[in-house]
Amino acid sequence: MAAVSQSAMTAEPSVEKPKMTARNLDLFYSDNQALFEVNLDIAEKQVTALIGPSGCGKSTFLRCMNRMNDTIDGVTIKGDVTLDGRDIYDKRIDVVQLRARIGMVFQKPNPFPKTIYDNVAYGPRIHGLVNSRDELDEIVMTSLERAGLLKEVKDRLQSPATGLSGGQQQRLCIARAVAVSPEVILMDEPCSALDPIATAKVEELIDELRSNYTIVIVTHSMQQAARVSQRTAFFHLGKLVEVGETDQIFTNPKDERTKGYITGRFG
Amino acid sequence: MTDMASLMEDRAAAKVISDNLRKPVDWDSPKIARNIKKRYAAERRFKIYGLAAIFLALTALFVLAGSIGSKGYSAFYQTYVQLEVTFDKSVIDPDGTGDPEVIGRANYDGLIKSALRERFPDVTARRDKRNLYGIVSGGASYDLRERVLENPSLIGQTRSVWLISGDDFDMLNKGYIDPAVPEGDRRLNDQEVGWYNELVADGAVDKQFHARFFTNGDSREPELAGIWGAAVGSFYTLIVTLALSFPIGVLAAIYLEEFAPKNRFTQIVEVNINNLAAVPSIVFGLLGLEVYLNVMHLPRSAPVVGGLTLALMTLPTIIIASRAAIKAVPPSIRQAALGLGASPVQTVTHHVLPLAMPGILTGTIIGMAQALGETAPLLMIGMVAFIVDVPGSALDPATVLPVQIYLWADSPERAFVEKTSAAIMVLLAFLVLMNGLAVYLRKKFERKW
Amino acid sequence: MSLSFLLLAVAALCALSFYFGRQRAVALSGGRHSNLHSLPAHYGAYTAAWCGIPALFLILIWYMFQGTVIETLIISDLPAEIVNDSGQLSLALNSISLIAAGNGEHLSVSPEIIDAGRRLGNLQTVANVALVVVILSAAVLGLAVSYRKIEAEMRARNNIERIARYVMIGCSAIAILSTVGIVFSLLFEAMHFFTKVSPLEFLFGLEWSPQTAIRDDQVASEGAFGAIPLFAGTLLITLIAMCVAVPIGLFSAIYMGEYASPKFRAVAKPALEILAGVPTVVYGFFAALTVAPFLRDNGAVLGLDVSSESALAAGLVMGVMIIPFVSSLSDDVMSQVPKSLRDGSYGLGATKSETIRNVIFPAALPGIVGAVLLAVSRAIGETMIVVMAAGLAANMTANPLQAVTTVTVQIVTLLVGDQEFDSAKTLSAFALGLVLFLVTLGLNVFALKVVQKYREKYD
Repeated sequence: MAAVSQSAMTAEPSVEKPKMTARNLDLFYSDNQALFEVNLDIAEKQVTALIGPSGCGKSTFLRCMNRMNDTIDGVTIKGDVTLDGRDIYDKRIDVVQLRARIGMVFQKPNPFPKTIYDNVAYGPRIHGLVNSRDELDEIVMTSLERAGLLKEVKDRLQSPATGLSGGQQQRLCIARAVAVSPEVILMDEPCSALDPIATAKVEELIDELRSNYTIVIVTHSMQQAARVSQRTAFFHLGKLVEVGETDQIFTNPKDERTKGYITGRFG
Repeated sequence: MTDMASLMEDRAAAKVISDNLRKPVDWDSPKIARNIKKRYAAERRFKIYGLAAIFLALTALFVLAGSIGSKGYSAFYQTYVQLEVTFDKSVIDPDGTGDPEVIGRANYDGLIKSALRERFPDVTARRDKRNLYGIVSGGASYDLRERVLENPSLIGQTRSVWLISGDDFDMLNKGYIDPAVPEGDRRLNDQEVGWYNELVADGAVDKQFHARFFTNGDSREPELAGIWGAAVGSFYTLIVTLALSFPIGVLAAIYLEEFAPKNRFTQIVEVNINNLAAVPSIVFGLLGLEVYLNVMHLPRSAPVVGGLTLALMTLPTIIIASRAAIKAVPPSIRQAALGLGASPVQTVTHHVLPLAMPGILTGTIIGMAQALGETAPLLMIGMVAFIVDVPGSALDPATVLPVQIYLWADSPERAFVEKTSAAIMVLLAFLVLMNGLAVYLRKKFERKW
Repeated sequence: MSLSFLLLAVAALCALSFYFGRQRAVALSGGRHSNLHSLPAHYGAYTAAWCGIPALFLILIWYMFQGTVIETLIISDLPAEIVNDSGQLSLALNSISLIAAGNGEHLSVSPEIIDAGRRLGNLQTVANVALVVVILSAAVLGLAVSYRKIEAEMRARNNIERIARYVMIGCSAIAILSTVGIVFSLLFEAMHFFTKVSPLEFLFGLEWSPQTAIRDDQVASEGAFGAIPLFAGTLLITLIAMCVAVPIGLFSAIYMGEYASPKFRAVAKPALEILAGVPTVVYGFFAALTVAPFLRDNGAVLGLDVSSESALAAGLVMGVMIIPFVSSLSDDVMSQVPKSLRDGSYGLGATKSETIRNVIFPAALPGIVGAVLLAVSRAIGETMIVVMAAGLAANMTANPLQAVTTVTVQIVTLLVGDQEFDSAKTLSAFALGLVLFLVTLGLNVFALKVVQKYREKYD
């Protein structure tokens, strides 16, 4: 009975011209179902925040959107995820190219044990996006600039990336993702390993990136969701409970569970 | 330039390149498509390299096993030749005493030789006769002697007897000597091959299971050489190794894991154990030679010295495995025991040690398997001597299986090649058995805490 | 034989004293164990320890010194002209021990030697009897003293635990003792060698032919002890082995770790590890009787002159032996690269091989270097393969088709068979052993440090 009313509610808030959509998405780890019938639209050039208590499936859902779950054994997926109207689980879709178009930033900063320059240049190099060293230099500079890191590192581009502070590393990872000119950037709790000052910088950066990219961010911090996102989706126990304008979700949630979570009664 | 000014300049420059970058990548362009194709080809190639590497390694294993198996299986059979032997009373027991001592001393070799002469009466030249006697092994006379001692009524009779053949005939019968090659290039001349063919035509050549290979000690004659002496030597050596390295290794592991304070002594011990594990085995041989033989004057070539040397070598293996097993016992068990008022030593002996024992035993068996296959250090302490007798104790001169393999591999006779391979098969069988036991123990007592 | 009898006797006494100790404790307790400080078995163990440990310790000491002491006694009675000539002395000692063992009838030696032989036989008998008497009385004494010390209030458990602790410390110290033993025995003999041949000549000389004069009048063959050709040969064979083992081992590890299905891995991994369990003498036989003739015959077909003891055959087989070593170590190392780095690379759209080549391999490189260094150290110290498949002639060549010799081969050939101790030829083996020990030790310490540092980075 409750299930019927929920699905009626989640199907409703679709957006016009969505960049990505998920329809009836089910996901299983071996025999355990982790996602149930998720229907969600991601609006272009907006920040969509996925919130919910830990273990609710928000990260799992995020990893479905660029097929990172492919690298885990025993995962099966039912339903559709589309990018610009094309099913990304289609056999003809090349996962390597897909991940270039849908970039990802992870929970813990994970710079490669290379120089700062090589970290950013990694994507353009493997995808063959550049023809000359000058072009590559340019991409690296722009990407670092976009990630707000250029000024801090421009004198030590050839020093190892692992020498940067945590916040700088995370912004480097964002620069690394930006360098392949993705259309969508997925961020999996990008600030959970950072201190408040670094977090503020990254949040500021996310806000700036919005003008060029479609961003989906998983966060456990409701304040963060409220600060950076335009739309918010609330997950609970593998189900998408409610999605809508961030303001509406935080001020006037329609579902009791959402209300309970954002007022801190559980989660 | 002030900071502000530089900042402004950076911003302006960045703005320009930002705008450049804004044009999206055309993922469907032919250039990108070509690139993707190339990348997937590289991916496939890389995967093939990996498979090829494993394939190469496994091929090496199969070639190794195959070459030893194909060379060695024939050693388990031995050629026998049937002859009409006259148990001449005038040779065996001329006075008719029936005394076993007299019968035992008789010239059975002569009996065999005359049987051979009778079989091939047209052989007269001395040289040819010597070749003729080579058909039957020198060891056959012992068989005849046994036979007569067991059954004295044979004396005076003529019986057809299967006698063990000499190594060259054995090789010919097993096909290792090719009669088609020119006479000068093979060990047997045309006349000898002719005798062989004649015997085969009469049905007087047969292959039988070669029990001597398992029951004899070493010998200069390939057809009489066996691995029993070396196997017993290996056994004594391993017993000494085990008796020393197991208790010492386990006690040291317990101390380091459960009692040792973090001080300089402990640190030095740990560094030493790790380094000893990587010292080349031959260096342990030099240590054994200097300390056990030159300083302590222990008997050369004796399993006890071999065992002492190998014990030092296997000690690190046992200590490292035992420490891992002890470490795997969860602290909660120790806390439970200590909480009931058990002393630390009681906690270890009553609880930790029994739980760690399967792991310790597994490590010990693997260490013993290593010791069983070890050769180089034993060469240093004189266990390479040619020893015919089966050792009766750990103080008698002896050799061990791997050294026996080394000795036979060095022997020029063709027939020793198959003996060597067969000895390797026996050694590998022991190793498989030991490692199998270790795997079984690990599987059976595997515990996830 | 008397030793095993003695050990059995001591073991029996220990069992007996355990029983006595326990009985006395039970008697003292008057039937109530709570009257005792410790369990009765602890009192038994206490007496058994006092009975057995000093006796065993005495046996050890005795055997360490018996030979030397007796030899010194014998030598002191020999005529000076024999004692002062080391060649004659070792010959004389040999005959003496033969006579003492009752095998000296056929020897034609001077009466002094025969006398000495008899004396040696007597001394040995006396020593054996004395040993039995001393050991057994020590055991009984220990039993008696500790038995009398047993009282109800005695802290037997604490005592026995303290003894156990000392025993355990002693066992741990064996690791140090063996290192010290190795260092001293190598150093001692090597120093001896360096009084005859200068270290500079040994380390940098270009000619190796250790045949020294057997008789004094043979001036012609002085013997040359320049070890450079041996080092070069060792390096050549090691290099060939590494050329086989490193790529194959590394790629196997990569395939096993990153591509193989669990089923494939379950079969292939143990199969690879079999290669590590095969005794080296078997590899030696394989190299000498299968690989070397194969290379020689095929080389002949191609018009190449391949020696039947070519460095190539020994190196190839040694490489095969080391494959599992390299592959399991690098597998360990690569699996320690954190998953987040892989994710980062996959998330950018890299393929598996790009991730491995560009991210995992560089990240694991220090660990892999450590693993390769450990493998090199193992190849340098490997003995049987080269003894059986490499040559004896000390050639200076970089041609893998020719025969070279190695440090370990020379150690074996110099020390196997009849040796006159004290000759430069024999002693040079210890100098080579010292070099071998130091080089492998250095490599290991360095490699372990590299690997450890690497581990810490990702823990």
